[in-house]
Amino acid sequence: MHSLPVRPSRAAHRLVASAAIVGLALTATACNRSSSSDTAAGGSGGGEESVGVTLITKDSTNPFFVAMQNGAKEDAGKNNVKLTVASGKQEGDDQGQITAIEDSIARGDKGILITPMSTGVNAAIKKARDAGLYVIALDTPPDPADTVDITFATDNRLAGKLDGEWAAATLDGKPAVIALLDLFDDKIVSVDYNRDQGFLEGMGIDVGDPKKNGDEAKTGKYTGGKGGDYTIVCNEASNGAEDGGRSAMERCLAKNKDINLVYTINEPAAVGANAALKAAGNSDAIIVSVDGGCAGVDSVKKGVIGATSQQYPLKMATLGMEAIAKIARGGEAPKPTDGLDFFNTGVKLVTDEPVDGVESIDSTEGADICWGK
Amino acid sequence: MTTTTGSAAAEFSRRQQSPLQRLQHVLHGRPWLSPLFLLVVAFVAFFIATPTFLTASSMGILLQQTAVVAALAVGQTLIILTAGIDLSVGAVMVLSMMVMASLAADGGMPGLIALLIGVALATGAGALNGFLVTRINLPPFIVTLGTLSIFTAIALLYSGGSSIQADRMPRLLNFLGEGFGIGAFRLTWGIVVVALIYIVMGFVISQTAWGRYVYAVGDDRESARLSGVPSKRILLGVYTVAGLIYGLAAWLLIGRAGAATPNAVPDANLQSITAVVIGGTSLFGGRGTLIGTLIGALIVQTFAFGLSQLGVDQQWRYLAIGVLVIVAVAIDQWIRKVKA
Amino acid sequence: MSAERLPLTHDAIPESRRHIYESDPILSARDLVITFGRVVGLDGVNLDLYKGEVLAVIGDNGAGKSTLIKCITGAYVPDSGTLELEGKRVTFRRPQDAREAGIETVYQQLAVIPALDIASNLYLAREERRPGILGSVFRMLDKKGMKERAGTSVQNLGIQTIQNMGQAVETLSGGQRQAVAVARAAAFGSKVVVLDEPTAALGVKESGMVLDMIKQLRDTGLAVILISHNMPHVWEVADRIHIQRLGGCAGVITPQSHEMGDGVAIMTGAKTLEPTA
Repeated sequence: MHSLPVRPSRAAHRLVASAAIVGLALTATACNRSSSSDTAAGGSGGGEESVGVTLITKDSTNPFFVAMQNGAKEDAGKNNVKLTVASGKQEGDDQGQITAIEDSIARGDKGILITPMSTGVNAAIKKARDAGLYVIALDTPPDPADTVDITFATDNRLAGKLDGEWAAATLDGKPAVIALLDLFDDKIVSVDYNRDQGFLEGMGIDVGDPKKNGDEAKTGKYTGGKGGDYTIVCNEASNGAEDGGRSAMERCLAKNKDINLVYTINEPAAVGANAALKAAGNSDAIIVSVDGGCAGVDSVKKGVIGATSQQYPLKMATLGMEAIAKIARGGEAPKPTDGLDFFNTGVKLVTDEPVDGVESIDSTEGADICWGK
Repeated sequence: MTTTTGSAAAEFSRRQQSPLQRLQHVLHGRPWLSPLFLLVVAFVAFFIATPTFLTASSMGILLQQTAVVAALAVGQTLIILTAGIDLSVGAVMVLSMMVMASLAADGGMPGLIALLIGVALATGAGALNGFLVTRINLPPFIVTLGTLSIFTAIALLYSGGSSIQADRMPRLLNFLGEGFGIGAFRLTWGIVVVALIYIVMGFVISQTAWGRYVYAVGDDRESARLSGVPSKRILLGVYTVAGLIYGLAAWLLIGRAGAATPNAVPDANLQSITAVVIGGTSLFGGRGTLIGTLIGALIVQTFAFGLSQLGVDQQWRYLAIGVLVIVAVAIDQWIRKVKA
Repeated sequence: MSAERLPLTHDAIPESRRHIYESDPILSARDLVITFGRVVGLDGVNLDLYKGEVLAVIGDNGAGKSTLIKCITGAYVPDSGTLELEGKRVTFRRPQDAREAGIETVYQQLAVIPALDIASNLYLAREERRPGILGSVFRMLDKKGMKERAGTSVQNLGIQTIQNMGQAVETLSGGQRQAVAVARAAAFGSKVVVLDEPTAALGVKESGMVLDMIKQLRDTGLAVILISHNMPHVWEVADRIHIQRLGGCAGVITPQSHEMGDGVAIMTGAKTLEPTA
């Protein structure tokens, strides 16, 4: 249902290569006879020290996952990892992930890196672990967290919190009129409530149920920064995409055109929100976001986004591959970060208008370490 | 006198046939032959290309991965045989799945009752499609485009967007995910159910008058009506039976995923149509077989699984399958041009 | 209580075929009237049809020939007038009624299903099931039996170009398809067969085949109504010719009593037929 935007340029650019692959598959009788005798090529890598790892993302169009896939491919050689990349077709495609997990088991991989779609894939993950594969969740911890061996993730709550603290300090005691552009409104996923509720916690607003978006009081006082009055105008779903972000922002502006603080689930949504604000002639609103992709950092530099919490997806996949290769060669398994139930791969706030009491880096520094260049 | 010249002419034209025309004739009678050939080629190719493809455990996995779409494709085949199309397959299945899971897990209903209600709901949803197609006379594409959204929305509203783990459900609902095996070759009960669906519907479609009417209505609805075939009743029946099968697929899916999720198999409609088309069933109706559909579903999964075992990133498989669809439709068009 | 016979143009009927008219007509239509809004479709038309004869119906476009046929086959319900089949009053509300009463129609669009084989087409909507539990519980079709009987009925019509009953109809030529449609009409104990322009789309040889088939039908004792624009064909097979003009009957002639040119002249109103005594 919720497809993140497809990027045709990438598809077109790979067309020639993919045609070759299809040709290979269709005429495999002829082509592969030679390659099966050639030990370096082929699929199994049997006999080599190479370790089979499958990276399974939610989809292959979201820049975050694309960056993760590309980064992992680049680093695969370092640890002599034979990496296979797979994903669901789109957000919500549990079956696509289940299939990829089964494929990985059949291929004899040593481990799986997965951004689990939903609890729907838990049974398949269990099957993989029963078959002796080491399973690391990336980015999104599964529910329950012990479904996988360990999770490598951004602390999304902290990411939201940094945004909130920065926003509260920036408002400098002014009343906050807030729009919350979430991911979904028809299903509940942890990244959605952790960022949203983390943001409100950072603002110093009582969130009610910390795992539920939208149940907080619509008006009251925020205590972050100098403190002040706040009004929450809306919780709208953006689907984490430009068009969704724009429509969501338009719906919010229709309710209250004086919005001055916009939280967005990610940067594509922020870009959409900004377009809607501009069209409505609102140039005062501050936008905060999460992800820290290169395009997002660029938006910070241009002043479209006030601040964004940067995360490090390449690090997640790279660290994950390292861990699996190490275990496969008899090494030790990684341990969760102290105080968390997952291995924290770090988060930093990127802004060109730093405030006291909130640690941050500027957009130039952020651009050096951003993902999805 | 006319008769002798006639048969001589027939004899003459028979001798004139090129090998290609003869092939065209053979395929015309057995449209599932070309997909079967492709399946065999794919098997041989992947067998040579990777040692992990043709193993007992891999074959078990391949069948398990095919099961849900193969089941949905039975209903889709029936509808496409009547020159219709069903875009709401996945939506009906998911709605049925959420209802049976929720009735059992949250409502505390016995598994059998929940299952029956879920399947009945899917049957009713199919009947609604059929009613709109036959009584309100709307094109199937439009009807099911509408009900796709309606059923999806109801499933999301009903489930509140959250999924239900199988461990909260009675064993019966999760039963089709359980399996048995001979060594490493493992089959699930779900595969057995799919096999039964194919056997029963294969019999109905090829051995009963009802099956013959399905073809007749799909090929030429007006001629069928003039011949005394109750076209509307047949169409209504086709959509209803399809709904029933989607309900069974919902049961399968719970076992397969170990959970009921409201946004499972988001492109079930396209996947099932793909299997049907690759299996040699004509989108124009009246032509096709269930065995072809089964082969079509297997081809799609074989390519996907085989390419994955080769370590090929899965984006490429969509391209391969796209090529297959276009080739399949082109072959269908060519076969239809067959002459006496 | 059968209606009084219409007068026949007896002296123009050859001696050898006169016996046909000794029995009562199988189908009689009297004073058929049908209007469509202000347009008069039929203006009190009478018609008698005898067992074993071919009655051709000719007329210009809009003369009411299709309308007449549709009233007889149940596609239209006349406003007034009566129909009698074998001396019994009948009313047809839909084509199915006429078919059940024994009046079969071969439509111009043939109403055959191209994708199905010949046997399936012959038995479409009249399938026969296997004996015993296979048929009664599992509803299994008796494919073999239907194929054999289909072969017999096609052969009875003297059609030899069709041998394989398992052949799909779409692989047949136009004439062969026509033969299948006619065979179906003749196969199920019908009494009257109505053929709507059966030679319209056919070549010379194929037309010949269809005309032979029509004679065959007639000789098996069926009553045949033939609607056609093709005068040579009509003059070749018809026993009597009913001429429709302006919603009424301009007269009934025979190929022996009138030349083709006269027939066309009557049809177009250039000549009028002197009433026969």
